[in-house]
Amino acid sequence: MADQRKSCLTGKGVTKEFGFGRTKTVAVDNVDFDFKEGEVISIVGESGSGKTTLAKMLLGLISVTKGDIYFQGEPRDISSQRKRRTYWTQIQAIFQDPFASYNIFNKIDSVLLDCIKMRGGARLPYEQKVEMMTEACSFVNLKFAELTNKYPFELSGGQQQRLMIARIFLLKPKVLIADEPTSMIDACSRATILDMLMSLRNEVGMTPIFITHDIGLAYYVSDTVYIMEKGKFVESGSADDVILRPQQPYTKRLINDVPKIYEEWDLSTV
Amino acid sequence: MLEVRELTTKYITRFKEDIYAVDHVSLKIEEGRSLGIAGESGCGKSTLALSLMGYYFPPLHYTSGDIIIDGTNISGMKADDVRKSILGREIAYIPQAALNALNPTQKIIRFIEDVVKAHDPTVTKDEIYEMARGLFESLGLPAEVLQKYPVELSGGMKQRTVIAISVILRPQVLIADEPSSALDVTSQKMVIKMLRNLMDNGYVKAMIFITHELPLLYNVTDDIMVMYAGQIVEKAPAHEAVFDPLHPYSKGLMGSIIVPEEGLRDVKLAAIPGTPPNLKNPPKGCRFAARCKYVRPECRVQSIQLRELENGRSYRCVIGEDELRELYAREAE
Ligand SMILES: Nc1ncnc2c1ncn2[C@@H]1O[C@H](COP(=O)(O)OP(=O)(O)OP(=O)(O)O)[C@@H](O)[C@H]1O
Ligand SMILES: Nc1ncnc2c1ncn2[C@@H]1O[C@H](COP(=O)(O)OP(=O)(O)OP(=O)(O)O)[C@@H](O)[C@H]1O
Ligand SMILES: [Mg+2]
Ligand SMILES: [Mg+2]
Repeated sequence: MADQRKSCLTGKGVTKEFGFGRTKTVAVDNVDFDFKEGEVISIVGESGSGKTTLAKMLLGLISVTKGDIYFQGEPRDISSQRKRRTYWTQIQAIFQDPFASYNIFNKIDSVLLDCIKMRGGARLPYEQKVEMMTEACSFVNLKFAELTNKYPFELSGGQQQRLMIARIFLLKPKVLIADEPTSMIDACSRATILDMLMSLRNEVGMTPIFITHDIGLAYYVSDTVYIMEKGKFVESGSADDVILRPQQPYTKRLINDVPKIYEEWDLSTV
Repeated sequence: MLEVRELTTKYITRFKEDIYAVDHVSLKIEEGRSLGIAGESGCGKSTLALSLMGYYFPPLHYTSGDIIIDGTNISGMKADDVRKSILGREIAYIPQAALNALNPTQKIIRFIEDVVKAHDPTVTKDEIYEMARGLFESLGLPAEVLQKYPVELSGGMKQRTVIAISVILRPQVLIADEPSSALDVTSQKMVIKMLRNLMDNGYVKAMIFITHELPLLYNVTDDIMVMYAGQIVEKAPAHEAVFDPLHPYSKGLMGSIIVPEEGLRDVKLAAIPGTPPNLKNPPKGCRFAARCKYVRPECRVQSIQLRELENGRSYRCVIGEDELRELYAREAE
């Protein structure tokens, strides 16, 4: 039976090469995918497997060497600055390093005001903007009144991470790419962040794509898991199939290398 | 081996505010044992590591307490003397961002020469090379690494190299601060295997391992200590800390572990609402009270003492251990 859900992001033969000749690296190698609307997706792979490179192509931050990307069934068009801006109201990202997501010279209120502007709210009365920012901050357990006039780097790591989610709350994109959103934070804050992302998903109906080497996280949050090895998707399917019944040796190894609690963790395999 | 009694240290910020990031912490590590330190970001884990080496430089200041290494109290020592006679020899410290701390224009072997010569200027380069080669090979690292620049190494290899360098002077105690958090699972496993090797083969006699990855702590250390807002809230053997936590914060922490095992998708992760208190003016009573499900009026009256249990465990809460277990059991239903 064909999948009835609407396609959100589709890729055919997507490839990214860096460099030329002897120094050429094929970071993403001819991958096909069809992410459905509303589905939670994880892309899992080792360091250097090409996850961030794929994310940047999906976001339109770097060019695609070969292949095509479709957004909601149509070929994606980001050929002009204007079209790119429109695309970015639909697809947004949270990165590994919270710092990378902010212009560090902008105070926090202007970071949030920018989001309102991107959604076409530049002309709204100031009181209404404050109301929106206050709502976004309280969604992530931050107090807007305490943040005005501060710079993002004056916040703790956990607060920065939550501020990023407040941005997404205002932007309400169709797709959210989260590149290692929780790798630098403790387990407890991780649970909080995931809860926030998932309730945001229900609220605004976005399609989250998690990029991670945390297989536990991928298993916990996602419907569909893609396993990436050296630029290729070597295995994909429902989270239960891929994580509990992996077929590929690479997937088996990744799962085997996760520290275990309920069973013996075999250190002899590395 | 290493004993810390009631250690308190603070940061003095540029606004002249005191931040007590380590508050009356006591701990003891016996030879052959390893201790894991877990806790939320900002709870003082890295500060504790710096503090218990006696290595103070502004804005971090020593306030009170004793640090006893191999029978010698080093708590009053000057930072310079600590660097000469303690660091590297007695205690080796691998800082949190060690991966990026390596000077990119220096070959690995040059670092090792610097480290060794700082302690003994009479050793020759050839002797150092032989020493380093022996150490690297016994730890399963190829000797070629010595001739490489840091940028030529992958993240995992760089981290293992940093660890190998840190034990070249055969320190008694190794403190590793988040040594594997930025690595993927396979590299992480290699780092863990190496740390275990160091202990098993007697390269170091005791180890402190700091991480927020609880499954890792569980697999590496004998005991686990949980910190919250500058204080110890629980100390227990690893298995008990994970499977029978007592303090409500540790309980929450252990409830947020995710492992890719069947059934995980049906449980709800236990996120703890709220945020930790500001260490500038922490609350008078229990520091966790504002976020605790089981909070009682007496929690907010005065500071809560650590309770020592007979089996060597301890925790900081007004509620008795059996009552806590009962509360948790009822919750689980
Ligand atoms: N701008 C670039 N120029 C040249 N090579 C690059 C560039 N960006 C990435 N690469 C290479 O492409 C490959 C994939 O890198 P990528 O960052 O996508 O991996 P990743 O899966 O995100 O890894 P990690 O888990 O470490 O974040 C690597 O070999 C990397 O060295
Ligand atoms: N240089 C400094 N000046 C003032 N306060 C500081 C300084 N360094 C750290 N602190 C404060 O001391 C507290 C403890 O910080 P520390 O770095 O020890 O936490 P941690 O438990 O290691 O956190 P993480 O898990 O993020 O590494 C924090 O509240 C932090 O804001
Ligand atoms: Mg990446
Ligand atoms: Mg730290």
